[in-house]
Amino acid sequence: MFDNALFIGFPYVAVTLCIVVSIYRFWFDPYSYSSQSSQFLENRKLFFGSVPWHYGVITILLAHTLALLFPKAWGLFTADQTRLYIVEIIGLAVALMTTFGLTVLFYRRLSDARANSVTSQWDWILLFFLLLQVALGFWVAYYYRWGSDWFLHTAAPWLISLIKLQPNISSVAALPFLVKFHFLNGFVIILLVPFTRLVHLLVFPLSYLWREHQVVIWNKARH
Amino acid sequence: MDIRAHVSMVFHLDKCIGCHTCSVACKNIWTDRKGTEYMWWNNVETKPGTGYPTQWEDQEKYKGGWALGEDGRIHLRLHDRTNGLSNIFYNPALPTIDDYYEPWTYDYENLFNAPEGDDQPTARAVSMITGKPMDNIEAGPNWDDDLGGSPVYAANDVNLNKLTEEEREQLAEIERVVFFYLPRICNHCLNPGCVAACPAGAIYKRGEDGIVLISQEKCRAWRMCISGCPYKKTYFNWSSGKSEKCILCVPRLESGQPPACFHSCVGRIRYLGVLLYDADMIEKSTSVPDSELVAAQRAMIMDPFDPAIIAAAKQNKISDAMIAAAQNSPVYKFVKKWQIALPLHAEFRTLPMLYYVPPMLPILAKTKDGNYDIEGLDREGLPAMLGSLEKARMPIKYMASLFSAGNVEEVEAAYRKLIAVRIFKRAQKVKDYQQAEVDAALAAGKTNPEEVEAIFRLTSLPTYEERFVVPPLGRESAVEAWENPLERKTEAGFGVRNKIAKRKF
Repeated sequence: MFDNALFIGFPYVAVTLCIVVSIYRFWFDPYSYSSQSSQFLENRKLFFGSVPWHYGVITILLAHTLALLFPKAWGLFTADQTRLYIVEIIGLAVALMTTFGLTVLFYRRLSDARANSVTSQWDWILLFFLLLQVALGFWVAYYYRWGSDWFLHTAAPWLISLIKLQPNISSVAALPFLVKFHFLNGFVIILLVPFTRLVHLLVFPLSYLWREHQVVIWNKARH
Repeated sequence: MDIRAHVSMVFHLDKCIGCHTCSVACKNIWTDRKGTEYMWWNNVETKPGTGYPTQWEDQEKYKGGWALGEDGRIHLRLHDRTNGLSNIFYNPALPTIDDYYEPWTYDYENLFNAPEGDDQPTARAVSMITGKPMDNIEAGPNWDDDLGGSPVYAANDVNLNKLTEEEREQLAEIERVVFFYLPRICNHCLNPGCVAACPAGAIYKRGEDGIVLISQEKCRAWRMCISGCPYKKTYFNWSSGKSEKCILCVPRLESGQPPACFHSCVGRIRYLGVLLYDADMIEKSTSVPDSELVAAQRAMIMDPFDPAIIAAAKQNKISDAMIAAAQNSPVYKFVKKWQIALPLHAEFRTLPMLYYVPPMLPILAKTKDGNYDIEGLDREGLPAMLGSLEKARMPIKYMASLFSAGNVEEVEAAYRKLIAVRIFKRAQKVKDYQQAEVDAALAAGKTNPEEVEAIFRLTSLPTYEERFVVPPLGRESAVEAWENPLERKTEAGFGVRNKIAKRKF
């Protein structure tokens, strides 16, 4: 029952709120949709924090998503032991990079007076949960080895059952506490997206790749 | 042909006295909010000097504007499209607050509230960013005004790189030291680097009048515009996380008034008017070699009296009032008709629409053994003192570096005409020149008495209406039917439609 609330109820609540509040905020308070960069105030530490963090976390999220969307292909790929080793080693390296980057970012906002002055309560909450999630992920990878393989038979079926609206937690119910905590905290972060500066990832400016360089806006239609 | 109208500007540098009234007028209206204290949408720099932010002209450092590639096309110096996204987590060319200055105030309350003691209480400097005391202030607004700290600032002016060692030394000679003022606002370029660099597409040019604005609601603080603008005229609001820049006082323009910096200018150096230009020529005129840039930019400006141009303008739905404004435009006269106003750093290839009449003063020649070196200057039949361009105190190469992308002939032509005006009017009023000298000056300046009188009139005696020909934009009245322009009056701020909180310090 408790598991149902945490692994069925909470994910649905988190994702629904994430979508609804994000749209609401985009519509009614577009001004607040910002990455709130503080590079202008502090440049050096940001480089050693932001770059490893962003590239690390993007790689990790991409691996999570790929394994979830293409479980068969991923399973075949990691079936070979050498390839599994390689995936795990890359994963460990990227996890180290992410943890390092995030720690630097955390330290930066604590230690640098200028960066500190533009840090809100929400930023601290977000930083805390992100750091927790990265630490948990790291822990899971270290103590429960070969996650890139067993993920396919535990978390993936559960998440897919959630997506299909036929929730089934049997594949994750028996997992150790830390693994479950990592899952749960993941949904906490999804819940935090619309309430924090994390909204910037929803408006990543991909269209820059193809839009015209110059933007001209006419008050009245010209032709 | 795609004829468009552009609200454009001329600053006559000979008339600038460096009083900073423009900067203050602007600051009081637009940048007295939290996060904007360090912003000077309008600033006045001393030249030679490193300007604001320090060394903004050095594009090796800041990667602003466009560069001509080997393929004959222009590319943003900052990034191509892919790099624009891959550098988004860390912009390698972003100036930081230390390239400007950390804004501060003073703890005045301590003067009243300090407990009784043996010493006078002081008002310590307090950072407006962190709220912490700042006991070592290293930079501030106009820190290098009037050559203050010139061994550090003026000596590092990148425009001096083009001069010889001897010329550089002469600039700093005691009692013959030379400088002039360079007021700067956003150039509202035709090919703006900030617009092209913005990943979010938040910066745009208004079609009807060419004013470049940043949508505060679309800006996501990707901060590429700050590097992309070679003039460093977009600023980052560190508190709101939005970029801001000069808006050419659109609310004033739309109600028929010139921008505040224009209106308040004590020296009356500023002119505002409409130019008609051919937007189809933008690509071509930005891709020519450096030496041809000024001429190419001038070629884009069209004659507002030419019936063919008027017809093309009307076809593009440019209003009769706008065309009339273009015909009366003082900017058209300075830039196109007389060709004495030049764009600042045309080599950035953004086609700036703010033009400068280069300063002639100080005109006196270089010195030699403690005397003015006027030897051989009258060889063209020109009077020595006023005809001494070759030995001008401010080397012509320096001016060319600023106003004509290094093309000395272009600046010289402007100077020859300005000198002709001086000599002609002096001969008329003071009567100490021979007619032959006047004729020689007119010939050298490729001008005639009629044109000289017109230049003199618009330079020295222009009325308010002659200086500012504000086109009737009427946008506020146009939207009044469905939107109340005063709806958020007294409760919202710049870029904010919701109610905003009062600042704390």
